[in-house]
Amino acid sequence: MAGSFDVVVVGAGIVGAACAYACARRGLTVVVLERAGLVAGATGSGEGNLLVSDKLPGPELELALFSNGLWRRWAAELGDRYGDIELEAKGGLVVTGVGPGADGAAGLAGLRETARAQSAAGVLVELLDPAGVREREPAITPELAGGLYYPQDMQLMPAKATAALLAAARDHGAEVRLRTEVTGMLRDDGRVVGVRTGAGPVAAGHVVNAAGAWAGKLAGLAGADTPVAPRRGFILVTEPVPPLVRHKVYSADYLANVASGDAGLQTSTVVEGTPAGTILIGATRELVDFDRRHNAEAVRRMAQGAVRLFPALAAVRAMRVYHGFRPFSPDHLPVIGTDPRIPGLVHAHGHEGAGIGLAPATAHLVAQVLTGERPDLPLEPFDPARFSSEVETAGAAA
Amino acid sequence: MSGGGTGRLAVVGAGPAGLAAALAAAEAGAEVTVLDLGQRPGGQYLRQPTVDGVRPAPHPARFADLLRRVGTHPRVTVRSGHQVWSAEPADDGTGGATLRLSGPAGPSTLAAPVVVLAPGGYDRVVPFPGWDLPGVVTAGAAQALAKGQGVLVGRRVLVAGTGPFLLVVAAGLASTGAEVAGVVEAAPLRRWSRHPLAVAGAPGKLAEAARHFAALRRHRIPLWRGQAVTEVAEHGSGLRATVRRVDADWWAGELTRNVEVDAVCVGYGFTPSVDLAVALGCATRTDPADGSLVVSVDELGRSSVPGVLVAGEATGVGGADLAVEEGRLAGLAAAHRLGLLDDAGLARASTPVVRRTARQRRFAAAMHRVHRVPDGWTDWLRPETVVCRCEEVTAGRLRADVAGYGLDDIRALKLVTRVGMGLCQGRVCGRAAACLLAAASGRDQPLEDFAKRQIVMPVPLGIVAEEGPPR
Repeated sequence: MAGSFDVVVVGAGIVGAACAYACARRGLTVVVLERAGLVAGATGSGEGNLLVSDKLPGPELELALFSNGLWRRWAAELGDRYGDIELEAKGGLVVTGVGPGADGAAGLAGLRETARAQSAAGVLVELLDPAGVREREPAITPELAGGLYYPQDMQLMPAKATAALLAAARDHGAEVRLRTEVTGMLRDDGRVVGVRTGAGPVAAGHVVNAAGAWAGKLAGLAGADTPVAPRRGFILVTEPVPPLVRHKVYSADYLANVASGDAGLQTSTVVEGTPAGTILIGATRELVDFDRRHNAEAVRRMAQGAVRLFPALAAVRAMRVYHGFRPFSPDHLPVIGTDPRIPGLVHAHGHEGAGIGLAPATAHLVAQVLTGERPDLPLEPFDPARFSSEVETAGAAA
Repeated sequence: MSGGGTGRLAVVGAGPAGLAAALAAAEAGAEVTVLDLGQRPGGQYLRQPTVDGVRPAPHPARFADLLRRVGTHPRVTVRSGHQVWSAEPADDGTGGATLRLSGPAGPSTLAAPVVVLAPGGYDRVVPFPGWDLPGVVTAGAAQALAKGQGVLVGRRVLVAGTGPFLLVVAAGLASTGAEVAGVVEAAPLRRWSRHPLAVAGAPGKLAEAARHFAALRRHRIPLWRGQAVTEVAEHGSGLRATVRRVDADWWAGELTRNVEVDAVCVGYGFTPSVDLAVALGCATRTDPADGSLVVSVDELGRSSVPGVLVAGEATGVGGADLAVEEGRLAGLAAAHRLGLLDDAGLARASTPVVRRTARQRRFAAAMHRVHRVPDGWTDWLRPETVVCRCEEVTAGRLRADVAGYGLDDIRALKLVTRVGMGLCQGRVCGRAAACLLAAASGRDQPLEDFAKRQIVMPVPLGIVAEEGPPR
């Protein structure tokens, strides 16, 4: 077809940018369509974590381990041609028994069990006593029971990484069209053969859904019921300060919150510095659809948790607070690969808060599928049609 | 509304608009709490000394009277030194807001069924080579130092930019003892002759301008019109300002003089403080007169959010006299919303004031047309000129990133370049950055993207962490 692309990628967040880069590098003709601007969704609202520490053994952890390796490779490939993506192998620190009244013994037992399981799955993890924690994080509260150190946890600057990947994809021939909203699918005998947009139709061999929290809506245009829902999160940002927090530091209850599907407000303490000098404080999780209103209580709890973990933060000024919408998948696994129900439709979403970390692996698998290569990881756990028999659960979560 | 008794009004800002709102509402029977960041009420315009031995700057009698009457009114409580760092609209839909405060006694919250926001504005700056040097300050900062603490920014100073405020600051600095080398005004002042009706409608303004010009003559301060300081460089222990002729669009022409001074005070009009109103969800608009982002209000100052009224510069820069009238109207409308005035009472009290404000707004619009800030300054920049001081983002970096990454909106620009992401959160550089982005991307940029901030002023995390007692 004239003017046709091999791939239309919908969404110019980190996953869309990664898919465009991975596909364009393989010689596929790619166009990225984005209804808003660059990094307009969750990519521009997160901390940029590439974590293995918050994942238990299973397909997501395998994806994360694979992805962290890819990020290192991609960072080297991009070099300094597209600007610094601020990839930092800073390491993660999970602490337990913080503050008076916390059950340190139970917390430590839990951490030990987590560490054992993760270690067996290939995660590097080190059990620390309180002195060991303070050696790694001198400004942390002395009132804690211990923690786990994860040297493989990394961080990067998501907006810069996305911009760099798209610039690199363009150099491989990809096109990026911002402010181009997909309004429908082009169909040919049941197969998706492109999209309709406000600026006219775009024909393509495959359509990659990288629409993040809006992925469910986009899939709906193709008639592929996909229960991905927005899960709101707030982040507090402090003024730039001299290095105070060296790693990504979070309380062990973060693991439980990430794994939960509860719709109500959940807060756990996550604190980390950035190369810009600011300190990012999270994290909240709420299933409240695309509610853009402020939640003062959520922000207060985050500040409280951060000050409890790093008492010196009490005097550091909060400068900004913002929210974003994570693409929440009911079983906490991303949705990746061709849709068995709708030929031509490929999914790349549902990573919730792990999209930055999981983007390269997701894009790599998508590109392998599109070029007919054998995927480096099994795709069954991420099967887009796996929710079809669970429509009720999905409806409740959405 | 929790914590808000009947008849209770919160006023944010104790400048002319806030004081007038407080007084009007209190006289109608409201219990008013005025919250102000300053150590003493008055705001920038009526700034009072905070250091012993500093002689108060003279204010027109009507303003001195306003300060006195607010200070002695039994139903008005002024809480100085209180910063409103965030606010949320009442979530039960009854109107009003919960204000989050940081004060001398720590954090507190104030919930009120009706609030009047009168946050004023701050100096608008445009970047130019050398604007970030020590010794280059805003005209407002220079005035605040002189008025509040009797401190001069330099012994020999140059005042530059555009707008009648330059004359006020030059005269004020001269009377505090500075040697003012000159006032550099970019506008050709003959433009005023195009607005005879606006001037005739505001005779007080004409007298005021005459007073300022007389002060310049008395202090022998030259006024250089149609010229601009397009660069400042370090020179010996002081500064050297390059003054060039500029055309109507501020394209720089021939060099007219180099001026050696200790300090350069720059002012290009004012940026309205709209962030608190934006945080509360009030609708905004672009003021056609000067292109500023302002809060949309009706003629009595009512915003799109029930129980949230806005008065003064935040609804459109117009000066202290207009701010007082707008404050009065907002105070009356607040009293009406609290049930202290009926419809007829509100109409009776507000009608003559509305008529006066219309005339003053016409004058303000004429002032903005004469003293406009066109985009020609963007051509004064060098690649290494800093646009965002907090994050040290240069004009060259910004333009290169916009082109290289295809950035075309403020959010992406902020995230990728960090412009406007520092301590000032874009208050200083936002409008300039938006202007440069618009030129480089070929897309208009909504200023609201630089005004959306739930934390309107940086505040210690220890304060954010505490709920604080209700006030």
